[in-house]
Amino acid sequence: MSRAPRLPVAARAVVAHDRRALARLISAVEDRDPSVVPALRALYARTGHARVIGVTGPLGVGKSTLINRLIELLRRRGLTVGVVAIDPSSPFSGGSVLGDRIRIERALGDDGVFLRSMASRGHAGGVAAATREVCRLLDAFGMDIILVETVGSGQVDVEIRDVASTSIVVLVPHLGDEVQTLKAGLFEIAEVFCVNKSDLPGAETAARDLSDLAALGTDRDGWRPTVVSVSAQAGAGLETLWAAVEAHETYLDGDGRRARGERRRLAQEVVGLVRERVGRELGRSVDRDRDLGALLDRVAARAIDPYSAADRLYRELRRSG
Amino acid sequence: MPRAAVPASPIRVLIAKPGLDGHDRGAKVVARALRDAGMEVIYVGLRQTPEDIVRSAIEEDVDLIGLSILSGAHMALLPRVVKLLKSRKASDIPVFAGGIIPDEDARSLRRGGIKAIFGPGASLEEIVATARRLARPSA
Repeated sequence: MSRAPRLPVAARAVVAHDRRALARLISAVEDRDPSVVPALRALYARTGHARVIGVTGPLGVGKSTLINRLIELLRRRGLTVGVVAIDPSSPFSGGSVLGDRIRIERALGDDGVFLRSMASRGHAGGVAAATREVCRLLDAFGMDIILVETVGSGQVDVEIRDVASTSIVVLVPHLGDEVQTLKAGLFEIAEVFCVNKSDLPGAETAARDLSDLAALGTDRDGWRPTVVSVSAQAGAGLETLWAAVEAHETYLDGDGRRARGERRRLAQEVVGLVRERVGRELGRSVDRDRDLGALLDRVAARAIDPYSAADRLYRELRRSG
Repeated sequence: MPRAAVPASPIRVLIAKPGLDGHDRGAKVVARALRDAGMEVIYVGLRQTPEDIVRSAIEEDVDLIGLSILSGAHMALLPRVVKLLKSRKASDIPVFAGGIIPDEDARSLRRGGIKAIFGPGASLEEIVATARRLARPSA
């Protein structure tokens, strides 16, 4: 099967810039194929070079077009670029249409760029479950900058901040009044606000509202979000946007901020791996448990309560683990 | 345990329109049907060169490539995709095509390695079933 690469070999192939080997390894990671772990282990020591930059915002604000422009800019500066573009999976069929290559394709002409489309596969939060690992593979492949495009995000889709060191929140004019900017969620995670379609009427107001928001305070790192107006279509404002991203990346390098952020993300990752494993084992133990049906019958009959039933399952899991 | 809606390893398929004609409605309808059949469809749309198509297919690690072509340039463009796949050591990725392709050309294209060809009368069920069979021959 094409989906099951021989992994130590695959890890070597990634380091040797074999694009197909990288693509297959990404599939295996997406599929949560456990046989991929040795390759991920082997590659981990070779990562940490790339900067992961998130591009998020509601659907239709121009994230893909913006990324297309950013790739052009970064390639002109001699930087290699990995792109992870996420689109939603259907809650009904599990299928998806991944359409981000259409607007990005123009910039994909050379080997210094690698774009991978990912379906969210039921994961909420704006990114796919394997996003971080896929970024790491692109890092091991030697990409300098990795741009992660989230699904069209809603107010609570803030998981990009667990993947990227700088998040660009892309907005357009007329998305709502200034009260929207006070709400929790998406507006809190921006290190850089990008008002795209800046040629449209209302763009100045939108940028002013965001600047007012930024003036209200800083994030936990003491960073005050920057507001940049851009027209991705016309190619205007991109240099300023990237300068804002670089300014935040430079800020992170001071006073141990980058290390702290990295540590927070790693804690999440390691705990997440344990949680995934416990969840899997719980699933297996539930499948094995022939008494579960009887137990649930007793809960349904109000003979015991759900908390006691959960206690019992938990004790069994600890015994079997 | 509840089962996720998404299968462990969904079929990934690239849908592209090689060449210069702008009639992408058929490609979109097929993309939608494959999505509804649970596949991950990488839709790259219009004006794709064979080089673009092969590059996308490799980066996206697709199980299958579907090409829609209505311009009449099929005899030039489709064999070129097959040839490029071969030169990139990716000829294990099957290619199917749809469009206005005369029978005689279709026969020749099949001999040249295009695995299935659909004309205007093809049903979506037929296309989905063929896509599934080509992507996972053992399943």
